[in-house]
Formats: sequence, structure tokens, C-alpha cells
Amino acid sequence: MRWLLLKDLQILRRSPLLVALLVLYPIVIAVLIGFALSRGPEKPRVAFLNQVPRTANRISLGGEQIDASKYANQLFKAIEPVRVSSRDEALDKVRSGDVLAALIIPPDITQKLQSGLEPAKVQVLYNAEDPVKARFVRNTIKAQVQDANTALTRQFTKVALGYLDLLVTGGKFSFLGRDFDVLGLQKAEQILAAAQRDLPRRSALRGQLEAVIRFARLARENLDLSDDVLSSVGTPIHVEQRVVKGGSTPLDAFAIAVAVAISLMFVTLLLAAGTLALEREENAFPRLVRGLVSRTALLLEKAALAAVCSLGVTLIMLAGLGLFVDLDWGRFPLWLAGLAGGALAFAAMGTALGALAREVRAASLLAFMLALPIVFLALVPSGSVAPTLYDVIRVISALFPFKAALDAMNAALNDSGGIGVPLLHLGALFLAFGALGRLGLRRFA
Amino acid sequence: METATVTLAARELVKRYGDRTALRHVSLSAGPGELVAVIGPNGAGKTTLLSILAGIQQPDEGELTVLPKGVGWVPQQAALYGKLIVEENLFLFARLERCPNPRATVDRMLELSDLRERARDQVSTLSGGNRQRVNIAIGLLAEPEVLLLDEPSAALDPRQRARLWEFILRLAGVGTTVIYATHNVQEADRYADQLIVLADGERLFDGSPRELEQEVGTTGLDFEEAFVEFLHGRGH
Repeated sequence: MRWLLLKDLQILRRSPLLVALLVLYPIVIAVLIGFALSRGPEKPRVAFLNQVPRTANRISLGGEQIDASKYANQLFKAIEPVRVSSRDEALDKVRSGDVLAALIIPPDITQKLQSGLEPAKVQVLYNAEDPVKARFVRNTIKAQVQDANTALTRQFTKVALGYLDLLVTGGKFSFLGRDFDVLGLQKAEQILAAAQRDLPRRSALRGQLEAVIRFARLARENLDLSDDVLSSVGTPIHVEQRVVKGGSTPLDAFAIAVAVAISLMFVTLLLAAGTLALEREENAFPRLVRGLVSRTALLLEKAALAAVCSLGVTLIMLAGLGLFVDLDWGRFPLWLAGLAGGALAFAAMGTALGALAREVRAASLLAFMLALPIVFLALVPSGSVAPTLYDVIRVISALFPFKAALDAMNAALNDSGGIGVPLLHLGALFLAFGALGRLGLRRFA
Repeated sequence: METATVTLAARELVKRYGDRTALRHVSLSAGPGELVAVIGPNGAGKTTLLSILAGIQQPDEGELTVLPKGVGWVPQQAALYGKLIVEENLFLFARLERCPNPRATVDRMLELSDLRERARDQVSTLSGGNRQRVNIAIGLLAEPEVLLLDEPSAALDPRQRARLWEFILRLAGVGTTVIYATHNVQEADRYADQLIVLADGERLFDGSPRELEQEVGTTGLDFEEAFVEFLHGRGH
């Protein structure tokens, strides 16, 4: 078998264009898919008009200063701001399509926020010629305004709680530059209780004072609970996030697993299918199986060749990606296990395709035609299609090695669940496709 | 032919492909250094007979009664790797044949096939004739007693054909039994010691070319005309 391996490597060495295509094509596809998955849409250009005077950028709430420009900076991370000097200029830019939207901050916004008497408003002008981008802009600005609202609500709540605390416990209060002493319900209750004790036993005022003391106690006790109530009013709905299925893989890390699985699949399938079909095209198959090599050994040789080559290509690819993204090299043995499992299953599938197609071109075409839908099906997320259709997709995906190879690589690269089950799945597919390939060789010559 | 001098013998071979019978009770035998031509119209069963003798296919009935020490098989289309050079092709098959000294075997084959000067040439760049010589040389690597050639000179020009036959005759001269299937009746007439005529899977004749002419009884005709006459006479 090693002489056949050597022969195939010699043939590959003499086919530089084929090797280059075989290596470059999947990498290009993988990189494109990786980009598509990991990179969000480009930052939309948004005209930004800030009419607030530079001196009024800060809002004073409850003695605390809030810098409004902090929220603008957050917004600028999500958009590409195009600063304009007037509302008309902003409008022109939106109309001409130079920007997708304009965000106008009115000059009185900080005053309104500070007074709390009427809601502050910002104005957003859209260009909706491209609905997808318009929606993205709308959502981005809405999310940023929501963040600012939440932060300000928190600050208002804090101020309100401070006032309530002052009412309950008493203390100093400054207003328009003057300091006032606030007695507070607690002290008022104590004073009233002392006054009540000094009154004669039969005094009618005792009963009246008792009613006032009860009210003061009740008010103090209930105001103590106001912290929780105000917090709930500020953020009525809290979101608690918990992952119940699948790992917590970041999108770009998942994209790497997808890119690796795709490269592994293309290189292995094409090599295994092509080299096996080549034996028939070169008329060598009958000569080989005439006692020189068994059909099973021939299949294993092609599978081994394809698996080893694709393993090498994908390892190089991972090393290259490692220059740009943070990969955990401590998990290298798991990478190898995932890649080897995937490569062997794809190789068995490739030999089956080669045995069935019997010609290099037909085998390559068949490999491409099968591979692309398999990838797309495996990437369909649950919930995006009807449950029955999703079950059908899962069954189809399970019949081919891509989904299992992706799960294995995701587990190996990103620690998103165990790698054992995907590897077992790949092992079963290796045996099944190997048997199919062996069956195909019965009518191969 | 006496059994002691027979290197290959088959008896009553039958091969069916579904409803079609490709070979009908065909027997033959050949001795050392003998050149046996298998001729017949298209679909006569020539390739099927050779592939059974080569061990590529199993007969449905009948058997090989005398098995040679080794059978070299040279298919009609060169079974070579075009991207490899001549020497690499020979080395590969010498190793797969488990030749004890692959280097010496390859050297001997390069000499025998007169391809020493083309040893480093990629097979895809060779002429049809040279490619066929490499093809035959591979069939001879294990020094078989019997060499089976399926249409060895098909698609060769007359000059290449002549060189190829020189090579084959040299092999027969050193005792290799050569059984070849051909469409070229002149080649059968010129080189064969024994002629087997097949039609529709049936053996119609087994003897020398001269005996065939005598059986037809047409003197003055060339061999091809005599062969066509023979087939007509047998209803083909």
C-alpha cells in the first residue's frame, strides 16, 4: 500500500495546478464564509448634529455630574459619524444618499434631562432606500438610545432614593445655594413620642399625638421599602440569559470551526474521489486488483492519502488563522482528533463518490454538488424553519460527515460540548461510506 | 499438444453477463514459446476469454486445467500512470509484484523493451507504440510463463507495430507463451503458431493459419479474405 501512496504523492507533485486549486479553493471559500459569519455589516454612515453647547455637555443630577458625550462615544462605535453643522446639511446628506440617517441632538436636551419636567427628545432622519441598512441603522440608534435611557433612569432613581432617605432619616439639603436641615420621619417620631410622654395621662392630645406617631412610623417603614420599588420601576424587566443547548461559542470562533470543516471536506472529498477514479481512468485498476492489491486496501490507501493531505492543509490553515485570532494551542490534541475524525469520514465518503462516479471529472462534480448543500443544511439553525422540516434537515445532515465534523471541530477549538459523540458519529460514517465504496468497486473496472 | 509441454490449458469455459452468454464452452491450450492468436468479430468474446485466463474474471462454468507459474496481463488500453515517468511506472509495479530486486528487474525491462533512453520521460509524452511497450514490459515484470495481450497493436502506426512485434517475438523466442487477441487478421496470420477463432462466444476454429486456409479451401485468396469466407461459411 505504501508504494501506491508514494505513487499518488508523485502524481500530486507533478500536478501543481491541481494541488494549488485543491488547497486554495477551499481556503478561499472558508475565508469568505468565515467573514460572512463573523463580520457584522459595515458601520453605516450617519450624519451627526450636536446642537448642545460645549459648556452644557454635563448634566447635574442629585449632586452627580453625568457626561453626555460618553453616550455619544458609545454610539460612534456602532456607526460611522459624519459631523454636520446644521439641520439642513444633515437633511441634504440623507436625501442625497451620502448618509443613511441623521441623528440630531437638540440644544435643550441637557436642560430637559436635568429638570426632569418633560422628556428630552433626539431626532433621527432616515434614508430607507436600502431597507436592510435602514433597519440596521434604526436598530443601532434605538439600542444606543435605550442604553442611555437606562443609565439616566438609574441616575434618576438614585437621586429619588437620596431624597427619600433624607425624608426618612433627616439631614442637610441644598437648594439654590442654600442649606436646609430636614428633620426626617425618624426624628419626628422620636420627638413626638417624647412629647406624648410629657403630656398628662388624661390629656386629649395624647390620642391625637399617638395617631401622628403611628403615621410617622408607618411612613418610615414603607419608605424603607421604596429602594426595591424604585429599582423595579427603573428597570421593570430584567433579562436573565442562560444557554441550555449548544456551547457559548463566540461567532468568530464558530466561524473558524466552519471554515476548517469546509476546507477539510473539500480537500478530502476531492482527493479521495479523484485519486480513486484516476485508477480507472488510467486503466490501472484491473491490473492492480489482479492480485497486486486488494480492493479494500486500495480504498484504504486512497482514504489515508486524502485524510493525511487534508489534515496537513487544515493544520496549516489553523496555524495561519492563529496569527489573526486567539486560538487555544493547549487544545492541540483535540484539534488533531477532530480533524482526523472528520478527514477519515470525508475520505470514506470521497472514495464512495469516486467508486460510484468512476471518472475524475464526474467524481469531482459529484463531490461539489453534494458538498455545498450538505454545508448549507448543516448550518440551518433550529427555529428558522418549520419543526418538521428541521427534523428532516437534521436527519439528512446526520447522514453526511459535515455536521459531525463541524461539531467535533467546534468542540475541539472552542470547548463547546464534548467531542466524543461527534467522533463516534464520524467513525460510524467512515464505516458506512467505506462499505458503500467497497460495494461500488465491484462494478468499477 | 502433450501435457508436459503445456503451460496453460482451459476447458469448457462459459461466461454469462445476465442473459447474454459471452463464452460458450471454450477450451484451449498453449505451450512454451508459442504464439496464440485469438481472433473474431466484435463481441466474439476475445477480451472475456483473456480476462478469464488472466484471473480478472471467474468463469461461470469450466476451469483452467493447467495453471502457469505466472500470467502477465497487458490490457488493450495502456494501464499506466501518465504523470509518472517510465522508470517510476516500472518500479511501482515491480514493487507491487514483490520482485526481489526491483532495480535489476526494471533495468532488465528497460533493456528488453528498448526504452532505456526514454526511462526518464513522463509516460503521457510517449508515442502510442512506446506506451504499449511500457505496458507490455509491466506485464513481464514478474517473469511470467504466459503473457496475455489484448489488442496489443491497436492504434499503432505500421512502423510502431513492427517494432512492437519484434519485441513480442523476442519474448516468445526466450520461451514465453504469448496469447494475444487481435482484430488485425494479418498479424494473426504473420505471427501466430496457433489460431483460435471466436464468434458469438463460440470457438469456431483451433489450429494454425495454414490449417484455416485449408479448411476454407480457397487458394489464391489472402488470409483476411479466407478468414471472412470462413466466418460466412459458419453463418457469421
